[in-house]
Amino acid sequence: MNVILRNIHKFYGPVHANRGISVTFREGTIHGILGENGAGKSTLMKILAGYTPRSDGQILINGAPVDYSSPGEALKYGIGMLYQDPLDFPALTAIESFTIGLPETPICLPSKHFVKLFEELTRRFHFSIRPEIPVEYLTVGERQQLEIMRLVAAGAQFIILDEPTTGISIRQKEILFDALRQLASSGRTIVLVSHKLEDVVNLCSEVYILRQGKCVGHVAAPFSKAELLEYMFGQIPPPVSRCILEKGATVLWMDRVSASWKKTTMIRCSFRVRQGEIVGVAGLEGSGQETFLRVAAGIATPHEGDLYLDREKVTGRKRSYFKNRGIYFVPNDRLAEGLFPDLSLMDHYAIAFGGSSWLIPWKTIEELARERMETFSIKGQVVSKAAGLSGGNQQRLLLSLLPANPRLLLLEDPTRGLDVESATWIWKYLQNLAQKGTAIVFSSRDLDEVFAVSHRITAFFEGRIALDAEVNTTTVDEVQKTIAGLFRE
Amino acid sequence: MDMSWGLFLGMIIASAAPLVVAGIGETLTERAGVINLSLDGTILLGAMVGFATSYATNSTFAGVLAAGASGTLVAAILGLLCLKWSAPQVAVGFVLTLLCRDLAYFLGNPFARIRGPQLTTISVPFLSDIDFLGTALFNHNILTYLSIVLIPLAWMHLYLTRSGLILRAAGENPEACRARGYMVMRIRFVYLILGGFLAGVAGAMFSLGIKPGWGRPQGAEGMGWIVLALVIFGGWNPVRVSAGAYVFASLQAMSNIVQNIWIGIPAQLLQVAPFPLMILTLVLINTSEKSYQPQSLTRFLALLKARPPAALGKDFSES
Repeated sequence: MNVILRNIHKFYGPVHANRGISVTFREGTIHGILGENGAGKSTLMKILAGYTPRSDGQILINGAPVDYSSPGEALKYGIGMLYQDPLDFPALTAIESFTIGLPETPICLPSKHFVKLFEELTRRFHFSIRPEIPVEYLTVGERQQLEIMRLVAAGAQFIILDEPTTGISIRQKEILFDALRQLASSGRTIVLVSHKLEDVVNLCSEVYILRQGKCVGHVAAPFSKAELLEYMFGQIPPPVSRCILEKGATVLWMDRVSASWKKTTMIRCSFRVRQGEIVGVAGLEGSGQETFLRVAAGIATPHEGDLYLDREKVTGRKRSYFKNRGIYFVPNDRLAEGLFPDLSLMDHYAIAFGGSSWLIPWKTIEELARERMETFSIKGQVVSKAAGLSGGNQQRLLLSLLPANPRLLLLEDPTRGLDVESATWIWKYLQNLAQKGTAIVFSSRDLDEVFAVSHRITAFFEGRIALDAEVNTTTVDEVQKTIAGLFRE
Repeated sequence: MDMSWGLFLGMIIASAAPLVVAGIGETLTERAGVINLSLDGTILLGAMVGFATSYATNSTFAGVLAAGASGTLVAAILGLLCLKWSAPQVAVGFVLTLLCRDLAYFLGNPFARIRGPQLTTISVPFLSDIDFLGTALFNHNILTYLSIVLIPLAWMHLYLTRSGLILRAAGENPEACRARGYMVMRIRFVYLILGGFLAGVAGAMFSLGIKPGWGRPQGAEGMGWIVLALVIFGGWNPVRVSAGAYVFASLQAMSNIVQNIWIGIPAQLLQVAPFPLMILTLVLINTSEKSYQPQSLTRFLALLKARPPAALGKDFSES
């Protein structure tokens, strides 16, 4: 199926997310859409998949202009999309989630025919999902596999994948890429959306590069990484470099701690972090690093082992005690756990710095808010709501709510979803804190980031610390294999 | 003695029947992701409309249909306001409850405290002669029989049919449901209306069956809230919701017996006894396991534990 997008525009209120993008996708080819966060890739693909209406422009399928206004209609034309957060049903079983939306479903379920089809597809793509398992027990990678099977069964001839390699293991990535190659060779058109250069280089035979809502380049394989980078950023940004470490006293020491938080657990983890040290925590989603950070912050309580802060035993203390000792935590889901989406920036500052007076000193707070917003270059009004800020501004807001010199700062995916400029700003700020003696522990899905800034790397696998090494004594490859469980003592 | 136990069981089945019908309706509505909080008012309005229509037409069949229609109308108003115009479901539901109750009392005034038609008891030939079970199971009015049939039907619909699967999907993740080509709003509307119809019929089951006649109070007051609690209690599963209704009805029936034995206990105390018991059970089900609980209790409670439909009560607009 050949698809042409002609002069696509998309406005989100005042934001011009797509500015006249024209691209062509050819049958039986794997295309890449490359661009950094906020370049307009997801918007363009959601338009193509019928998820969001376009503001202007044309879509042509095999030369004929088409019009559809829902993903269901798009799928009738053969266009299916795998969204960044899988759109499935955690409470249902795999076979149920697979069945919903397929044409010609019999009235009575469960249907033997669909179970057979399900098993046929798992075999064909070398997946290993059992039909009766609840979707919530599947990993992100398996949920993607399930979606791919569903799209194929629904007759999709054109499959879009939005950032499919985030949060899945290398093994799963190999399986995914093999499946995509197989699909392309059977005549389907594949579009891979990514901000990761190596994925695109490994898989695609041609690439469109988006920057600030425009299509700035179209390159065919073989690719030169330097060329792609130049298209992506205009000029290659200077990478964030590691800051010099002056090791101080131990701030936090965990002694064989086991704990659980939500569905993730950590098992007998020992860990220590010193003043001024930046420790990067690697691990696939759900490997235990989520619990680890929350135990260190005093949010989750260990049910085994002990926790020491400056040599003082603090196991079982309340979160407020940790906070008074200068331990701060910046969660991954900024709006859900970190900020109050419907409160204004000024409200946030009033909560953080308002003191204990009965009336809120609004005048002082407003001054303070303006000053902080200036220092942290937060673009917005003091009265704008936190939910209305961009990801980068939200993250800077979170950091601006912290006191000037915390003892220990715990961050979960601090640059998730940020563009390179914002990410660089965040890291400059954090490194500055570390130089002043703050211990920093952060988790990240991006191993390149972990290697760029950490002094020490801790890798989690199935709840245990599988590797804990100085950065110059290990390699990206080793960490990658560790978090995938390929090294087991 | 054997005879009276059969009667006792029959009474429980009969008095639980409207709770079963309304409970199954609300279960289906909530499975689609909508809360119809107007249930208590709807049941009362259904009771009034059912009795008044039966009285006017001298046909209980017309009465039941009219009661169902009144419930459908209330649900349709809720659907228009909350699904189409995105008004908050809880607030609208509350207001509709109060509105329906007062409307029922106001419009029903001319029909208060008069004798009217009632649903006739149909004894199933031969079967009703069986010693114990016969009196318990085969001496009911038509709607009570239907309430029993409804339980497996609703269960099969939810878990064994395509439309039941799509219904559950709409309440779990409407976004994903839309992405797969379904009209989430239409699905929700259909099940909201169905739930409303059943709630109206449940009202008629009070005024034409177990609490015959109309008055202020009628006797069905508060039952809608009980049904809403039973749906949670039953984990959004029609079979368990119905089981809850039977348990509740037996507690109430038991309170009548206890009253005859210990005359000193005030009647009101026994009448309200099932309510705190229900609250206690809900608390026990929903708190995580405690060390002081005996293990058998923990295991039993784990069985009762259920998760609400993920998108329950949340607005979903198809943009």
